[in-house]
Formats: sequence, structure tokens, C-alpha cells
Amino acid sequence: MALSTTRRFRPPPQIGGRGPLQGRMKRRLIVIAFLLPAMTVLVAFVFWPMVAALRLSFTDASGFGTPEWVGIENYVKVFTDSNILRAMGNTALYTIMFTPLVVVLALLLALALNSPALPLRGVFRTALFLPFIVSLAVAAFAWQYLLDPQVGLLSFWLQNLGIRIGDVLQDPALAMPTVVLIAVWKNFPFYMIVFLAGVQEIPQSLYEAARMDGAGPLARFRSVTVPLLGNTTGFVLVIATIAALQAFDQIYILTGGGPYQSTQTVVMQIYKSGFKDLELGFASALSYVLLVATLLLSLIQFAITARGEKDAG
Amino acid sequence: MTTVHSRRRLTAAITRALFFAAMLLVALLILLPIVIIVFTAFKPVAEVNAFPPTLVPGAWTLDNFTRIFTDLPFARLILNSFVFAGGVTLFALMFDSLAAYVLARVDFRGSRVLLIAIIASLMVPFQATLIPVYQLVADLGWINSYTGLIAPRAADAFGIFFLRQFFLALPRDLDNAARIDGASELRIFRSIVLPNAVPALVTLGIYTFVNNWNDLLWPLVLTTDQQMGTITSGLTMLTGPNGIIPYGVMMAGSLIALAPLAILFLVLQRRFIQSVAATGLK
Repeated sequence: MALSTTRRFRPPPQIGGRGPLQGRMKRRLIVIAFLLPAMTVLVAFVFWPMVAALRLSFTDASGFGTPEWVGIENYVKVFTDSNILRAMGNTALYTIMFTPLVVVLALLLALALNSPALPLRGVFRTALFLPFIVSLAVAAFAWQYLLDPQVGLLSFWLQNLGIRIGDVLQDPALAMPTVVLIAVWKNFPFYMIVFLAGVQEIPQSLYEAARMDGAGPLARFRSVTVPLLGNTTGFVLVIATIAALQAFDQIYILTGGGPYQSTQTVVMQIYKSGFKDLELGFASALSYVLLVATLLLSLIQFAITARGEKDAG
Repeated sequence: MTTVHSRRRLTAAITRALFFAAMLLVALLILLPIVIIVFTAFKPVAEVNAFPPTLVPGAWTLDNFTRIFTDLPFARLILNSFVFAGGVTLFALMFDSLAAYVLARVDFRGSRVLLIAIIASLMVPFQATLIPVYQLVADLGWINSYTGLIAPRAADAFGIFFLRQFFLALPRDLDNAARIDGASELRIFRSIVLPNAVPALVTLGIYTFVNNWNDLLWPLVLTTDQQMGTITSGLTMLTGPNGIIPYGVMMAGSLIALAPLAILFLVLQRRFIQSVAATGLK
């Protein structure tokens, strides 16, 4: 993500009667015309809402009547209300399960796909990529059927192996791992492809040099792949964590945050507070906590990317 | 000597076969949810709820497909999904590329500040501004409308940034020559820069279309009228928390939901995967 400045564009020499002032004015108008549509959308639906959400978060706005200023009351509630703390804890738990699992799975499969020892690599790549095009909602439906305690094929197979999983979505201990599993299944192809791009950028000559030095496959992995994939891994870890903080779709569909709030995440809570309970002020405060957490993670991501670019020369 | 050699070759062959078998098993397991969607969509209700469960239908039927069109206004939902995802993609490509063009190719005061603001807004998750965005769209009277669905996403910071990076890398000789010949910026943009940016536009287009086609939260909050939902948000109406889940109908709907993306993927496979690799570098 290079932040290189635009190269100076020197306007072509003006020919004829058009003065430099007129030319500059015209260029300014052109710039404005090109920027106007996109900037209108961004200002109205990204920049202004950021300010509006901050303002709302200090009020008791409910969608009715005039909102009253309540100071930091909403933020106090965010960090003291046991339900909200529970939701933040659940999001943390979701993240702790999701991120390592999806990153390890993606990395292993990317390495397998990159291995010359694997026949039909193209076919495997296509097959393993497929979950990516399935929406989390549709993934949730399919997994719900597979895991159905009465008619689910997967729960039946597991039963034959002697494993009784019961009704996982009604089980406070298993509901969270289940919704995490669905997200891992849907999202790993994305990270896998990012890893694959990273692995393919490692020059083959390095592997050959290591082989000359007598390094076996494991030693080559440790001394070439691991260090050179460090930045990609760091980057994937951060974007996976950001994605985990936004967990919503499959939870909304499958558990609604239950059983016993065991899958109630921060975004589920924002949806509930904002659109069901109409506590807009409070929901905005919670949104801001999410925003700040995401911002901090993004800054880490920037640092990683910047370091990667410096390393690359 | 030769026996050692051939034994080593045999070991290598066995390792390869085991590796292949393991990957095959993993791939089949990973594809199981998709396979179950396809097969269940064509199963009669009795077989969908039969025990022991089956994978491949014993009898094939289209009942689930006829039912999804009566249980939900499904034809309308399909249309809405295309209008929403297609509309967002079309506008975003247009608006993003216009903005990216001047940010990459024209030097003007404030361009750097603007670029930094755009990059900073990349970090704002949509969920965090959902409430004020919803309020604004509601105040504009756009609830339950295509305008309301599309407008907030008609331009997007990531798209602008992504295209700007691509435009920066395009050689400048052609547009400078055109400028000296007196061509207008719009003309240079339309007939020199855009045609050369087709790969980037396709990449961004796939990314935008897939994200919006699959999105649940935004259509869910914006559309209260069932006629205005998308396939993704509409299918959630089939599930009641305590009701019996009509799996067959749900899988038929799911199959229709993923079919356009599956076709797009199979046709544009390389581009599709490149799009992920490129946008993953976000």
C-alpha cells in the first residue's frame, strides 16, 4: 500500500490566447467535476456519519423526540453493563477461535496447493476456492441442515463414529464454536489465496540455494518460507481479526445471539440496541468502541505493510 | 545401489499418493455444504426429513423450487439482488474511477490531504456508522427503495484507492501527447485511461458485486417491505426461531442465491482469484 505522491503533472504549454489564469481555473473546475460524485457519496455516507455517530453517542437519542445530552453515560454503560461486557467477551472469544483457526487452515492449504507434489493443483484450487462465493447466510443454512440433530447428514456420520454432538445450536457450550466453524469455512479461501500469492512471490532460487546447502523439506520451510511469509501472515492475522470483530450474519440467522446470550456479539448487540430497542445513543457509543478497536488494528496492519514494502526494497 | 534408488522412488510415490488422498478427503469435506445444497434442493420433502439422512436424492423433484416462489416473492427478490449488487457495482466503478483518475493523474492543491482522508475512511467498518447512515437514508425517504439500497455504496474508498494505484502505474506518454493535441481530461479519461484499466475494473467489479450480492445486514435493516428485500435477506424470512425449518425450500433458495456467482466464477475463474489476491492486499 504505497503512499507515493502523485508525480508532478506539468500542464502542457498554452497555445494561443488562453491565459494561464483561465487554464488554471478550468483545470480546477475539471478536478471538482471528476471528484464531485464520489466525494458526495463519501461525505454523506462515510465522513458525516462518523461525526453523527460520535454526537449521537453522547445523547439518549431514540428516534423519537429531541435527543438530550447525557455526557459519557452511554460509554459508562458500555463498560459496566453486564450484558454488554458479555457481548464484548463473546466477540473476543469468537476472535480467539476464528483467527488462529482460519489462518492456519488457509496457510496449510496454500502450501499444499503450491506443492509440486500435488497432482491436479488447478482443480484443487478451484474446489477449495468455492466456499468463498457462498454468502455467510447461505453457508449458515447449509451447515444448519448438516448439523441438524434429527436429519443432519454430518451429525448422523459423527454418530456412526460414536460422536454424539446433540443440538449444537441450542447448546451454550457448542453454539459459539459452531458459528465460528461456519465463518472459518466461508472465509478461509480468501486468506488462502492471499497466502498463495505470498508463497508464489518467494523466488525459487532461494529454495534451490537451501537445497544445495543440504536443507531438507522441513528445514527449507523453516528457513525460507516462514521468514519470507512473515509479513503476509501478519497482514492476514490482522484482517482476519478485523473480520472477526464484525461477526453477525450467521449468528443472526442461526442463534439470534442465544442460547443464553452465548453467541451475542458486539455487532449483534449494535443491531439489537439500535434497531430493536431503538437505543440509538447507546448503540452509537458501542459502535464507536468497535470503530476504535478496528482503527487500532488497521494501524497495526499499516505498520506491517509499510515494513513489508521497506523490506522489499 | 539401484535397489536404494528404486526404494526411494517408491517411497516418494507413496508419499505423493497419500498426500493426494489426504487433499482429496479435505476437499470433499470442504465441498460437502455446497454438495448438500445442490442435492437437497432437488429432494422430495419426505426424503429431506428422512432418517437415516441421504446425500444423493433417491427421487428428483422440482417441488422445492416451485415452493420458494410461492413462500416468498422470490422472482422479485432475485430482481432486487441484481438491481442492488449490479447498481452498486456500476455506480461505484463509474464514480471511483473518475475520482481515482484525478487523484492519480492531475496535480491539484489538497490532493494529498484528500487521499489521506480517503485511506483513513477505509478503516471505518460499515457496522460502526450503520445507525447514522440508516437515519440519513430514512430522512431522505429512501427506506424500501433501490435508491436507498444503492446510494450509500455508490462510491467507495477502497475502490478509489485501488484504481488510483492502478492508474499511477499506467504509462503517461499517451495522455500527455493527447493533452498537447488539445484533448479534454474527460476525453483522455474515457478513451485512453479507461480502456487500459479494464483488468483493474473487472477485478474491482467482481469484488464489489460479490460483496453486495452476499450482504445481509444492509438490506436487512433498510427493507421492511418483503417486496424490497434481496435473496440473502429474503431467505432469512424462511427461518422462524421456533418454527419447523423447511430445509428443502431453503436449499433451493440457497442454490439460486449462489448460482450467479458460481457461473461468474467458473467463467472468469482466473480473474476472480486474481481479484481476491489483489483486493486482499488492501
